[in-house]
Order: sequence, then C-alpha cells, then structure tokens
Amino acid sequence: MAKRVVIVGGGAAGMQTALELKSRGIEPIIIERDMDLGGKVRDWHKLFPSFTPASDVLQPIIDKVRSSRIRCLLGQEVKTFAEDGVILRSEEHVPADAVVIATGFSLFDAHRKQEYGYGLYHNVITSVDLERMMNNGRVMLADGTEPRRIAILHCVGSRDEKVCQKHCSKVCCITGVKQAIELKQMFPTADVFNFYMDIRMFGPGYEELYREAQQRYNIHFVRGRISEAAQTINDRIQIKAEDTLTGRPLRMSVDMLVLLVGMSANRDNEALAAASNLSLAPNGYFQTKDSFLGAVQSERPGIFYAGAATAPKSLADTLAEASMTASAVERYLRDKYNNR
Amino acid sequence: MRNLNFGYGISRPRVINLDNNDLRKSNAIIAEMPELQACIGCGSCTASCTAGNLTDFNFRRLHTAVRRGEYQGAYEEINKCMLCGKCRLVCPRGINTRELIMLIKRKLGDF
Ligand code: SF4
Ligand code: SF4
Ligand code: SF4
Repeated sequence: MAKRVVIVGGGAAGMQTALELKSRGIEPIIIERDMDLGGKVRDWHKLFPSFTPASDVLQPIIDKVRSSRIRCLLGQEVKTFAEDGVILRSEEHVPADAVVIATGFSLFDAHRKQEYGYGLYHNVITSVDLERMMNNGRVMLADGTEPRRIAILHCVGSRDEKVCQKHCSKVCCITGVKQAIELKQMFPTADVFNFYMDIRMFGPGYEELYREAQQRYNIHFVRGRISEAAQTINDRIQIKAEDTLTGRPLRMSVDMLVLLVGMSANRDNEALAAASNLSLAPNGYFQTKDSFLGAVQSERPGIFYAGAATAPKSLADTLAEASMTASAVERYLRDKYNNR
Repeated sequence: MRNLNFGYGISRPRVINLDNNDLRKSNAIIAEMPELQACIGCGSCTASCTAGNLTDFNFRRLHTAVRRGEYQGAYEEINKCMLCGKCRLVCPRGINTRELIMLIKRKLGDF
C-alpha cells in the first residue's frame, strides 16, 4: 500500500517536503489555507544574498508540484488531528500515515510598535511593503517622488520584550543589507542609514555582502535603535536614536523609514498545538523533539515539522530542511510497517 | 567675580543633528577612503592605541563622530595621535587607519 502523508501548509516548506516524499514513493497531500500555493515567498522580489528573483526559485517548485500531480486541498484548514489522519474544518476526514506541520510563521504586525508610526505617517513602510513595491516595479514616496534620505530599522518586533517577541528573527539583518543595496541601486544619490542593535550575518556570503553595502555602496550603519519617529511639518519623518558608538543622541529627518519586521510564531500555532496535543516553545513556535537529532520531529511519533513552523528560517534553510523531514518520515513509515 | 558659582550653567546640546551638520567634509573623507565605512566599531584600534592608553584619546569614537559631521575639537584631539601605526596592524576590516588620521588632519585642518 502507498503510504500517505498529510502536509499542513503549501508554502515553500510544505511543497518541497511534498516533492521529496513523492520522490521516495510516498504519497503527499498538501492542505493549504490560501487559494494558491507559495506562501510568504510569493510577496518577495529578490532573495539574499544573491539577488536571485524569488519567482525563479518558487515557480519551478510550484510547477513541479502540479506536474507531479500532488493532491492539494486549497482553501482548506485542519481543524483537529485524528488517530489516522486529520479532520478539516469542512469536517472532511483525510486519512494519513503521518503528518508534517509546515505552517510557517506570521509577520510581526508593525502597527504594534506605535512609536514608529506605521499606518499613521506617510512613508513609514515595512520590509514586506518594500518587496511588494519592487514587485510592482516602482518604489516611491506617497506623493510619487523619489526618496533622498532613507532609514532602515532592524529588529522591529524581534528581540523586544515590550511586544513579547524575545527571539531574533534571523533573516532581517541580511534582508536589511539587501534592501539597502537595492535602494541605493534605485536611488544612487540617496543616503541610506541602517539602524541596528547587533548585525547578525550568519550565512555564506552574508558578511561579504554587508561589507559591500558599507564600502561599495556607502550605506551608513548606525549602532542604535530608533526610539521614536514623528512626522515633520513638511511630511518627512524625524527619528531619534542614540549613536552608541559616539555615545551621543542622534536626530535626523528622512523621507522614508523602512521597518524590518520580524518573523513571529504563526498566529494559529496555539489552536493547532491544542488540537494535536503538541507543545510550543516559549516564543510560540512549535517545540521540536531535540535541537540536534530530533530537529524535524515532534514529541509525538508520526507528526513532523518542516520549515519556519519551529523557528525563523531562511528560504535556503527551509528547502534544505524539507529533505531532512522527508527522510525522517520515510524512516518512521518503514519502521512502523516492517514491525507489523 | 570670575569664580562666582550660581549653581547652574548652560549646557551645550549634545545631540548629533544630521539635518544641520555640514556633511561635506565627512563625505569627502569617505569618498577618498570608502573602506572607512566598513568599520564595525570593534574598538581594536582604540584598544591598541599608544595615545589612547595614556590620554582620553579614543580613535574609534573620533572617526565615527567625524563621519557624522561632528568636527568640533576633532582636529585638536587627533593631534594626540603619535602616528605609531599600531591601530592599522589590528583593524579586522583592514582599514588603513594611520592613513585615515592623515586624511582627517588634511580635511579638517585644511592643509
Ligand atoms: S536578524 Fe538582525 S534585525 Fe533580525 S531580529 Fe536578529 S538582530 Fe534583529
Ligand atoms: S597611529 Fe595614532 S591612533 Fe593609531 S595606534 Fe598609534 S597613536 Fe593610536
Ligand atoms: S579597528 Fe577598524 S573596524 Fe575596529 S573600530 Fe577601529 S577602524 Fe573600526
């Protein structure tokens, strides 16, 4: 009998896990809440650190899922877990031999950091808004003009107890470096300032890109967190920070403020954890069985994880993890059915 | 009379105001030495600095302030440097810090 695995989530993690399972002769079924596959990466314009168009990575995966005739239940959500599969909100029972949770993350809602004026002032945007603007072909201020001075703020909704987000979102530092370079390429005469608490360049080529941003693109990195933003009388944004490397307060006005919003645990994790009897880590992400040898396993046999459901991850990390998850599932199914 | 103490004084604003600072000299320094922007504020230059170990001269803070357009007192301050070049040996970003001191002197001293 062909083993069947339900994959919850049709983003990069879910799709890639499905393809990996399929190539191992296991039948995956993807359950996706949206009406389309692709998840968060769909909004992305280019990927760090290589500036590869996001669609160059995502589209071939989507195409392959379609051409391999992997069953996708779109616009469907899992309500609860049964002994032998999952039950959807539509009450449909989908039988399965194992389940992979690939539900990803939620974006931090920048409105919650009211002091930065997102949704209040023109030209305070998030990193995701900027990607969408780039996807739409034009980045500009609310009045249609070009920005001459831009500030990019790191750690918005990350490493911040005030909004109950203690963790580091891992990918926003390198995203900030990438976006600063893209802005400089679009507006070569503009001044771009990155305000950071720490710069975390964890991946291959990241530190090199950071240095290029500094030295080749003349992007200013100021170590200090913006404490507040206010709109000026001429529709610019005044920001305040400490320039901690000189030990003095710093003030300036900019035309555009980009907030590097963090990756929060998926809003639905609590409900899903309760329904599946799984536990969450203190930061709200799913708790893996072990940090080293059980990184894609849950505490319950037969339930696995892939991608950013367990922690903030880059797209590269996520795609790599998909094959780890698929081999763990394969091993589990083999043991389960050989022992019978 | 001169030593009369009223118990209060006038404080100069400490804020670095990038709207008012004249960044032309700072931009000229960076244009001549773009690698300066690659400074990661590690403080190795200050830690190894001969002058900094004897006086309150802080080379890292000084060149960071100059980049922000804070020139006041910088020229006088930088004259504490003995041009020994130890800072250049330790900079992890490979910045030619000794050359930078000469450059800042040139731009701020207008010679
Ligand atoms: S990756 Fe950088 S910007 Fe993002 S939360 Fe971590 S330190 Fe902050
Ligand atoms: S060259 Fe000047 S700044 Fe550098 S270590 Fe020597 S005294 Fe200090
Ligand atoms: S040693 Fe180099 S990188 Fe470190 S603070 Fe000095 S100039 Fe900057």
